[in-house]
Amino acid sequence: MILTFRLNGEEVHARVDYPASLLDVLRHQLGAPGSKDACEQGECGSCSVLLDGELVCSCLVMAGDAEGSEVITVEGVATEGGLHPVQEAMNRAGAVQCGFCTPGFVVAAVDLFDRKPHPSTEEIKEALAGNICRCTGYGAIIRAFEELAGREVR
Amino acid sequence: MTTRTGRRGAVQGGIGESTLRPDGIPKLRGEFMYAQDMHVDGMLWGATTRSPHPHARIVSIDVAPALAIAGVHAVLTQEDVPGPGHFGLEHPDQPVLAGEVVRYWGEPVAIVAAEDEDTARRAAAAVVVEYEELEPLIDPEQADARDEVFRRMKIRRGDQDARGSVVVEGYYEVGMQDQAPLGTEAGLAVPDGSGGVDLYATSQFVHVDQQQVVAALGLRPEQVRAHPVGIGGAFGAREDVNLHIHLCMLALYTGKPVKMVYHRGESFTGHVHRHPARMWYRHEADEKGRLVRVEAKIVVDGGAYASTTAAVLANACYFAVGPYRCDSVAVDGVGARTNNPPCGAMRGFGAVQACFGYESQMDRLAAELGMDPLELRRRNALATGDRLATTGQLIETPLPVVEVIDSLAAMPLLVDEPESPGDLPGGSGLTTEPHQVRRGIGYALSIKNLGFSEGFDDYAQARVRLTEEGAIVETAAIEVGQGLVNVLAQIARSALGVSRAEVRHVDTSRIDSAGSTSASRQTQLSGGATHKAARRLRERILERYEGDDLDDEGVWRGGLLVVRWGELVEESWEETVTFRHPPTEAPDENGQGKMHADFAVAGHRAVVGVDPELGLVRVLRVDTAQDVGRALNPESIRGQIEGGIMQGVGLAVMEELVLEGGRIRNATFTDYLLPTILDAPDVEAILVEQDGSWGPFGAKGVGEPPTISSTPAVVAAIRNATGKALNRVPVRPQDIALEEVSH
Repeated sequence: MILTFRLNGEEVHARVDYPASLLDVLRHQLGAPGSKDACEQGECGSCSVLLDGELVCSCLVMAGDAEGSEVITVEGVATEGGLHPVQEAMNRAGAVQCGFCTPGFVVAAVDLFDRKPHPSTEEIKEALAGNICRCTGYGAIIRAFEELAGREVR
Repeated sequence: MTTRTGRRGAVQGGIGESTLRPDGIPKLRGEFMYAQDMHVDGMLWGATTRSPHPHARIVSIDVAPALAIAGVHAVLTQEDVPGPGHFGLEHPDQPVLAGEVVRYWGEPVAIVAAEDEDTARRAAAAVVVEYEELEPLIDPEQADARDEVFRRMKIRRGDQDARGSVVVEGYYEVGMQDQAPLGTEAGLAVPDGSGGVDLYATSQFVHVDQQQVVAALGLRPEQVRAHPVGIGGAFGAREDVNLHIHLCMLALYTGKPVKMVYHRGESFTGHVHRHPARMWYRHEADEKGRLVRVEAKIVVDGGAYASTTAAVLANACYFAVGPYRCDSVAVDGVGARTNNPPCGAMRGFGAVQACFGYESQMDRLAAELGMDPLELRRRNALATGDRLATTGQLIETPLPVVEVIDSLAAMPLLVDEPESPGDLPGGSGLTTEPHQVRRGIGYALSIKNLGFSEGFDDYAQARVRLTEEGAIVETAAIEVGQGLVNVLAQIARSALGVSRAEVRHVDTSRIDSAGSTSASRQTQLSGGATHKAARRLRERILERYEGDDLDDEGVWRGGLLVVRWGELVEESWEETVTFRHPPTEAPDENGQGKMHADFAVAGHRAVVGVDPELGLVRVLRVDTAQDVGRALNPESIRGQIEGGIMQGVGLAVMEELVLEGGRIRNATFTDYLLPTILDAPDVEAILVEQDGSWGPFGAKGVGEPPTISSTPAVVAAIRNATGKALNRVPVRPQDIALEEVSH
């Protein structure tokens, strides 16, 4: 089938003639490799995207299910004016090491802060519980978003 | 002419500042190029056929069904390997592709290249291999009895008849941990059209990858160039070759670029793991708690091939007593060869296993003596000028064990009552009744060597050159996420006096080896080379122009700018330095000698909440003091400390590859439990700084120590909460909730 959806604000088309995931199509057909493939089973959140505004693991979404939808990936988060505040906060806090989990954390945090601009520390942790980071031990990630939420940073 | 008065200010972005990493923004924007993301037009995809048996004879391999699939360009087996066909970090004992026998579950048997990834995987599955199953050897003690070993260690130091009045014995086990870097193994090999190949693959040590490709395939060194690429974490998993030689074979055979990416399940079989260990300990002390004698036997399971088992075992034995004084020591070690998955490097490298043993023993001894566990450790603390208990090596660099203990003891114990379900064992599942939770506190210390040991010629080369834009540091040292690209630039800025510096990676044909990104060594080794190169360059420039200062504007003399930067770099200014750490030596027949170039110590205090009925643990805090020599980038070190602690907590309470008959039962992220943000403890860290190490500006490596003693500290805290002996990590719910089964 020819799949049509909006990717980061632009209409895109992809030919899908095998049981591909949305992640596959993004990475291998649409030149958008920012979303990462680390577990292929929705455990690590590295492939997080917003599908019609809903936070999903794109490795668990059949590509066909994106037909006609609006998909936002990490590549679509920053504006021409600069980084998204979530990205700024992570950069300042040293929340990036190898960076492989980073796109997923960025998208999940954008979703969180869109819903709730001043989350508590517990709400930050709950919102990011589906994203695995193997490098940072999460400390700098928590500090980044506590700061962004206007909370006292430990 | 520009003039100025007064002293030049400190350079911007130099050492001691928490500069932001230069690759942070590209990574945050999703623009950073990882090995997984590489693409060249016309490339093929590779895939691997793996053994479904831990031990079997290969009766026949039929590649025809795979070749018959449309889009398949090559199906190669051991018969197609053009050279000697073996590789290995320390001993080339592993076949590129299994020939007559497979020795572990998941061993590569055939490789394919096809027009897309899906076709390549279908073709790999279509290769028909007939096996005759053999009995796998899966018990490392049985392997020891049959003399199936990679290495034996014997350490004897001091009076072997010394006896103490207080004796504790213990048996301890460490399960098989996986590095589980988020980025799996990935690479691209591009043939150069004249028999050579360019390799872009996940790695911790590109020069040794290049050497192994050359040796295994019978190529000339100049025919293979290995390029540093973007890597999603390593933690030891990338030190060994896995897909590198396969990619080069496929690219050379097909004449086309070939890309390969392991999926997660394949990654779990495709890289080496942390060695599982069994350890028997006997500590004897006098009434005041001073160690009189330590005896240990340590068996690590190396799995089917050598990898770095010999060095991991050596580390476990050399650090078998920990950062403590003792003048009578006997340690025996075995690195067993089995049909379990091969084990090799993981953060802490042998020191992790031993630390769980000796720190469990120190707590037992403290209990036996009725002494505070930190006080017992203070009484035995090793210091500069002492001899390492095992090897007798004189400690010549700073070793602030007492300072680490005192720092830990002085840290306020900040633990609130549970505020939210997230602070309870079992978390927001609300399985735990808050009144049932028992709190526990535990301490542990550790010691680890920095850099390669036992006489290995351990060096790093770096080049510093000046351009219009500033200074460029060229290196083949691998950035795996730890921040090397940040700290090398800081070192160059401070040593040159110039604020504009950046790191550029170059391939193996353009610079000599930087050595491995492992053993906590790159800040000291590649940092040392960068420091020396930058300092020499500065000296040469000042000498040439009779200047008294160099900065971003140019060369200064008596407050006058005599050569502007733009003029300065019209000439070629470059300096290449190979840096070596102080020499080490191989052990004598009693395991004695100067085997190590430097050491680092760390201490951890863990606070846990335990639900004894359900066996659930929440690690609430892990506070730490760490010997860092000099902190070159404090925030970056904090990142290493928090990340290292999280992996240590993982080993303490959840992470284990479960084997059954040599097969991994949980090779997925669903079944191999990794700590999430809900498991993260609060961490307070004190960086203990002391001058005197040979690293640049006195810096020590910082990557491994956080992982080593955090594990036994957490277990000590669980013991404190439950009263259980807990002689094995990871501690599982049944170990807490059910009656203990004695060994």
